[in-house]
Amino acid sequence: MPEITVRVKTWPSHGLHVRTPRYLRGKRGVIERELGRFPNPEQLAYGLPAPERKLVRVRFTMAEVWGAGAENPDDTLDAEIYEHWLEADEG
Amino acid sequence: MPHDDHDHDHEHVHHEGMSPSGHPYRADQDEPLTYWQTMEIAVRELLEEKGIFSAAEIATAIGRMDARSPADGARVVAKAWTDPAFKARLMADGSAAAAELGCAIDALKLVVVENTADTHNVIVCTLCSCYPRNLLGLPPDWYKNRAYRSRVVKEPRSVLAEFGLALPDSIRVRVHDSTADMRYIVLPARPAGTEGWSEERLAALVTRDSMIGVGLPHAAA
Repeated sequence: MPEITVRVKTWPSHGLHVRTPRYLRGKRGVIERELGRFPNPEQLAYGLPAPERKLVRVRFTMAEVWGAGAENPDDTLDAEIYEHWLEADEG
Repeated sequence: MPHDDHDHDHEHVHHEGMSPSGHPYRADQDEPLTYWQTMEIAVRELLEEKGIFSAAEIATAIGRMDARSPADGARVVAKAWTDPAFKARLMADGSAAAAELGCAIDALKLVVVENTADTHNVIVCTLCSCYPRNLLGLPPDWYKNRAYRSRVVKEPRSVLAEFGLALPDSIRVRVHDSTADMRYIVLPARPAGTEGWSEERLAALVTRDSMIGVGLPHAAA
């Protein structure tokens, strides 16, 4: 399967119930696996109708996340990110 | 200091707010209930009055949650070590495979990440305290602590070394941040010298920390 590279959007979240950690925003990674569709926690947390959204696991290198501060650049970090927080990577 | 009437001429140093062994006391929770605690009690009592559920049912549910322990996860790991077909099912769909052993994962999905000769996995929830409670019981305090949550994603090797697990550079570290609907456990590598062991005997080697990824199973005795 070809690797799909994505970038996490840099939207602000202003204290809302968002499951996209701040330290990963704007970072590029590859889709590690698709997880299926789940109710969007950004609505679910407030008791609102929560349409299902695609959830994927994205794998980032530590070099991408922490730059020169990475402890070991080739170690990785995987996180679950909802599709609306991802955009195609333009390179 | 309030001990002026004391003879201080003893070698025992007593720090304010510390136990005799030098550990801080946990503060008593003497403050009034918070808004949300009051809300929880009110809603619970209303639901009991309406007959939606009984106090006994709540106690039973809490007992069931408290009864879960790392022994459940250890059974899953030991089964995966001894049964290749089960392991394949576990890696493909952790929730379904754990349910075969009576460990229901409820609405959440279980992802199993495998340690190999060249890969070590470790689990965290940076956003809160997501933890595979169905398989490991309640999380240890340090798992919910800000220091662990913020450091293990940035300097996992230093954190693991502090747990006593120094990994060579030849081993790739993979950190898994439980950010949304998945829960994770690590499938540690089977200890050497355990060929032919029963599942029960193997399960006794599997530690909670080895399933979080901050430790390894016990070595074969």
